[in-house]
Parts: sequence; C-alpha cells; structure tokens
Amino acid sequence: MAKSKKEVLVLEDILGSNKKLAASIRQKLRENGILAVNLLSSPGSGKTSLLEKIGFCLKDRYRIGVIEGDIETERDAERIRKIGLPAWQIITHGACHLEAKMIARIFDRIPADLDFLFIENVGNLVCPASFDLGESLRLVLLSVPEGDDKPRKYPEAFITSQVFVITKCDLLPHLPFDVERVIREAREINPKLEVFKTSALSGEGLEELCAFLEKKLEELRRQNA
Amino acid sequence: MHELSIVAELFTIIEEKAREAGASRVTKVRVLIGEISGVVPELFRTAFHSYKKGTIADRARLEIKITRVKFRCLRCGKEIKTRDISSPDFSHSCPFCGSKEVELQSGRDLYLEKLELET
Repeated sequence: MAKSKKEVLVLEDILGSNKKLAASIRQKLRENGILAVNLLSSPGSGKTSLLEKIGFCLKDRYRIGVIEGDIETERDAERIRKIGLPAWQIITHGACHLEAKMIARIFDRIPADLDFLFIENVGNLVCPASFDLGESLRLVLLSVPEGDDKPRKYPEAFITSQVFVITKCDLLPHLPFDVERVIREAREINPKLEVFKTSALSGEGLEELCAFLEKKLEELRRQNA
Repeated sequence: MHELSIVAELFTIIEEKAREAGASRVTKVRVLIGEISGVVPELFRTAFHSYKKGTIADRARLEIKITRVKFRCLRCGKEIKTRDISSPDFSHSCPFCGSKEVELQSGRDLYLEKLELET
C-alpha cells in the first residue's frame, strides 16, 4: 500500500508546558501570600551580593527563602545560609538557565509560610529570559563594569523584567558609565521598568529597593484578600 | 545556548501529535520563531537535526518562519511594526502620535505551526 502524506495544523506553543507549570507554581505561591522574585543577569554582576544585602535588610521582619541556580557548586547557597536564611541549590550541570520543572522538583521543600522567595537564576543575560519560573516579579541586574550599552544588546531580559537594578554604583566615579543613557535606553525598550541604582558595598539604594519589594508583597496580599 | 532545551520540548509535542494522528513518520516540521524570542534560528536548526535521530521525525525537514515584532500604541491604539528592535535609531515611540507608551504584541513567541505526516 502506498504511503499517504498529510499535513496537520498544530499551532502549539513550544514552551507551553513550561508556561503551564510556571502558572501553577505562581498560583500556589500567590495563594500562600509569597512574593517570588526571579533575578537575571550576567555572571559576576552581583546577584548574590545584592541578595545578601536584601536578606540583611528584611530578615528580621519577614521570612525569606532563596533558590540558587548554578551550573556547578553549592557556593551561592552556602553564602546565603551564612546570613541565616534557608537556601536551596539547583545545580543544572551545564544548562544555561533555570526552567519551571527544576523549581517544581524542589517545590515541596519550600515552606508555605515564607514572605519572599528569591530565585537567583544562572548567570546569563540571554537564555533565562525565555523561561517563566512562576515568579511574580522579575529583576534584571546590570553592573557598572559591564557597560551602559547592554539594554539594547540584550533586549529580551529588559523586555520581560519589571525592575532594573543597576549594581556596583560605587564604581561610577571610576568608569565611563552613563547612568542616564542606560536608564533611557532600558525604558525605550520597556517604558514600565522601575529603576534602582544600588551598591552592595556602600549600601546605596538598598533601602529604596527593599521598600519597593515590601510594597509589592503588600499589593500581592491585598489582591488575595 | 538554550535552543536544545526548547527543541526537547518541541519533540515532546511532535511525538504526541504524531501518535494522536496514527502517523508512522513525520516528514516535515514547521515552526514559528519570534524575532526577539531569544532563539537563534541557526542554533535551533542544528539542535533540531541532532535531536531528531532515533525519533519518529528522524528524516524530517525543518522549516522556520520568523515572526516579526509588532507593537501597539497605548495612546492612539495603532499597530506599529518594526524590523529591528535593537537598531540604534529605533526610539520605541509611536510614529503616528509620538507617544512613548507602546506595548509589544508579538515577536516573542515560539510555535509548532504544522507537521507533515506519513500514515
């Protein structure tokens, strides 16, 4: 019998299963009143240092947990545990980003009574932007030494984030980094971006950022009520 | 290089759809890749052809259609198309009313559009 060929229209989102899983994670976290924050940036731009400082700032008043995504080692989780916060390390063994299924695998270990759940993605300004993890808020970090031309070079990370945190601002007097330009270009790509200028070393901008996170937690809980 | 993870998801859908249709082989796969989806078509192609070995689509051709970026102006409601979001002279303002409040409508999505099957 001759083989017959036919064409089938599918029109299915290739990342649909990740999106579905992320949506169910988001719903569970929201029901428990947990604000989940996904942090995206290049390696070495200061995600863990910023989390240490946010942790210090908020830990007396809130319950905080941190998921650390790295290609290898527990080093970041160990840093977070040192300041007295629970941290769960996801080692991706080579994968350049976290996916919702990786969060789902460790979800049972996350206490339901947290206030904030921070997810530090694998250091990479490209790939993590494509994967929803079920967060309520996405932060993109850019450190002063990386240069002020990055938002337009890596648009997806800036389009999909709600908050843009400029880190290592204590280095501004030493480097040709135009803060106004970077903010302008980031907002040209995403006009709704909230911007914070911070330094984990000097403490600049951390109070404002923490106050913003507290406000977002309140908003989430008001929506639940 | 997250294209391989995405191709792995694609094959989950391909195998499910082929099974549902009672196909013995998938001969063509057509995908839609958003211009700013973060996926590089050439890397996607390489990942596809190395992943397909030993699957129901082991001899399948891959067709890629790039879907262009589209914005909508939040003030005047008009649709704005642009070829290149990263071009330095693209200011993301509405060419019709000048508003900076524009919202991305498409260009980020990844879809399996259709399959050609042998039954």
